[in-house]
Amino acid sequence: MKIHEYQAKQLFREYGILVPRGIPAFSVDEAVKAAEELGGSFWVIKAQIHAGGRGKGGGVKLAKSLQEVRAHAEAILGMQLITHQTGPEGQKVRRLYIEEGADIARELYLGMLVDRENGGIAIIASSEGGMEIEEVARNTPERILKELVDPVVGLSDYQTRNLAFGLGLEGKAVNSAGDFMKKLYKLFMETDASLAEINPLVLTGSGQIIALDAKVNFDNNALFRNKGLLELRDLDEEHPSEIEAGKWDLSYIALDGQIGCMVNGAGLAMATMDIIKQFGGEPANFLDVGGGATAERVAAAFKIITADPNVKGILVNIFGGIVKCDMLAEGVVTAAKEVGLSIPLVVRLEGTNVERGREILAHSGLAITSADTMADGARKIIEAIQ
Amino acid sequence: MSIWVDENTKVIVQGITGSAGAFHTSQMLAYGTKIVGGVTPGRGGQEIHGVPVFNTVAEAVEATGASASLVYVPPPFAADAILEAADGGVSFIVAITEGIPVLDMIKVNAALSNRGHVRLVGPNCPGVISPGKTKLGIMPAHIHRQGHVGVVSRSGTLTYEAVDQLTRIGLGQSTCVGIGGDPLNGTNFIDCLKAFNEDPDTHAIVMIGEIGGSAEEQAAEYIKQYVKKPVAGFIAGRTAPPGKRMGHAGAIISGGKGLASDKIKALQAAGVAVAPTPSDIGVTMKQAIDAAK
Repeated sequence: MKIHEYQAKQLFREYGILVPRGIPAFSVDEAVKAAEELGGSFWVIKAQIHAGGRGKGGGVKLAKSLQEVRAHAEAILGMQLITHQTGPEGQKVRRLYIEEGADIARELYLGMLVDRENGGIAIIASSEGGMEIEEVARNTPERILKELVDPVVGLSDYQTRNLAFGLGLEGKAVNSAGDFMKKLYKLFMETDASLAEINPLVLTGSGQIIALDAKVNFDNNALFRNKGLLELRDLDEEHPSEIEAGKWDLSYIALDGQIGCMVNGAGLAMATMDIIKQFGGEPANFLDVGGGATAERVAAAFKIITADPNVKGILVNIFGGIVKCDMLAEGVVTAAKEVGLSIPLVVRLEGTNVERGREILAHSGLAITSADTMADGARKIIEAIQ
Repeated sequence: MSIWVDENTKVIVQGITGSAGAFHTSQMLAYGTKIVGGVTPGRGGQEIHGVPVFNTVAEAVEATGASASLVYVPPPFAADAILEAADGGVSFIVAITEGIPVLDMIKVNAALSNRGHVRLVGPNCPGVISPGKTKLGIMPAHIHRQGHVGVVSRSGTLTYEAVDQLTRIGLGQSTCVGIGGDPLNGTNFIDCLKAFNEDPDTHAIVMIGEIGGSAEEQAAEYIKQYVKKPVAGFIAGRTAPPGKRMGHAGAIISGGKGLASDKIKALQAAGVAVAPTPSDIGVTMKQAIDAAK
């Protein structure tokens, strides 16, 4: 689960991590009022969307007067902000964050993430703040510092020193950075974060380390024990179909092709998308109905797929293991009748009770095309929509 | 022969009184798996499908001499169940559970690494089957045939798809291992490749990977250096968009890493015959075996 920068910074404050003062705003008037309340002589107006790269897309502006605050807030609020992470359609800005201007001496990078290769938490730091860390890793890998935390021991002082000195920090900034990292690690572990990224991390003129930006993602599998975080979820940032799918425990991701896919199992679902593309089609979605595919869930999946106006045909690919093909075939037929399916439907069934399943499809009275293999199914659905 | 489990392996089922645990216990018993006990705290003394239930793993192992455990415990309690299995004396653990928090798995792996003799397969996996001998998991048994191809995969149903193709083309399997779709798992590709490479009864290997992480690239390095048996491969997710989790918690392209194309390139460079489509996994394996003759 992702949250907004202002929400992450609120969480940071609760853990004693230093951040600039700031106030979220949902309207232009609120933005101006926030700036007044913060006081000072310059402010930063920041678009709050989940995607990164907001500054380059025009979603972060400096203001030196309340008039400028108003002008920037008017321009940013409601805009379709396009960044390298939003896709070409961009993301609508519905929330702003007004922050006091910071006294920046140096911009650094700090990241914390689950390191799959080493099976622990890795802390990444770089002197190249404000840049894409992937780009730094590609072009100047020597400027990336990394410490792997032993999960039993936790983050040690020597590791924070390694990173702080490696970043070229001196004097009390070394302690300030160490304090920052330890508090962030505590937050990471206690909230089951999967990623925390501060870019830039800033060294101020007075030698303090503060978070100028804050991005935190959480492990969805651990939300059952971090229920308070669920209040931070912003449904406006999620695809409506993906929200609906979530209610049915379906794993769905919208894509921009014409062939809707319904598959059981994540690996098989990806492979189904792949084979459609290889044979010249474009998948409209990833959809895993899971192992316990009941008639109701299959029906819900059908409704989600057909709600996409781009979908010109559907390929169902089920490898019935424990779940039997005849049961699934009945679910497909019921669902297709319920939604009044009017576009081509190709069904590939394999596994337990496959003959009985194919019979049900053949005698359903619906125009369902049966396929023997994945390749056969992909070819048939591509043909059918042409 | 087979790797890790065979017809003599004594198995206990943790979470045996839950619906999934009870159902799959009956399926495994029908296949011939030696299930000697089950564990559900507070349900000790009961029986499920004729299998005695114990309160703790230690009791179950003490009473039955089991050496393997199968975990069907729900995600919030699964990490604890795995640790209990390791502490209770079994040396082989298969965790079927999907949805275990990743920080729990970091702790589990750290704890298990201090016990050199304990192997964990999974979590979020279909389990392990040595066709004709034993099945520890949820895979449909009837698509498998006893034979000489070792199968290792991060996926469930895509593995069934591959196994079905192998069986139809006349290639039986020595052991099929689902290592799971989570970002952190107990047993990885290399552990399986090493075991298959050393198993005289395994003559060829099918390896099925997917986007996310770099386990396939590391496996490719291992194959290049050590594996002399023919290997066929497939990578799912060529069309997956970056930054999105494709069903499996571990299937995500992030920061330009974990791409299917990089994995395919690495496997091909290691001499693996990569199937062009998921419908060609069986035939690709057969061609690779024939070419090696």
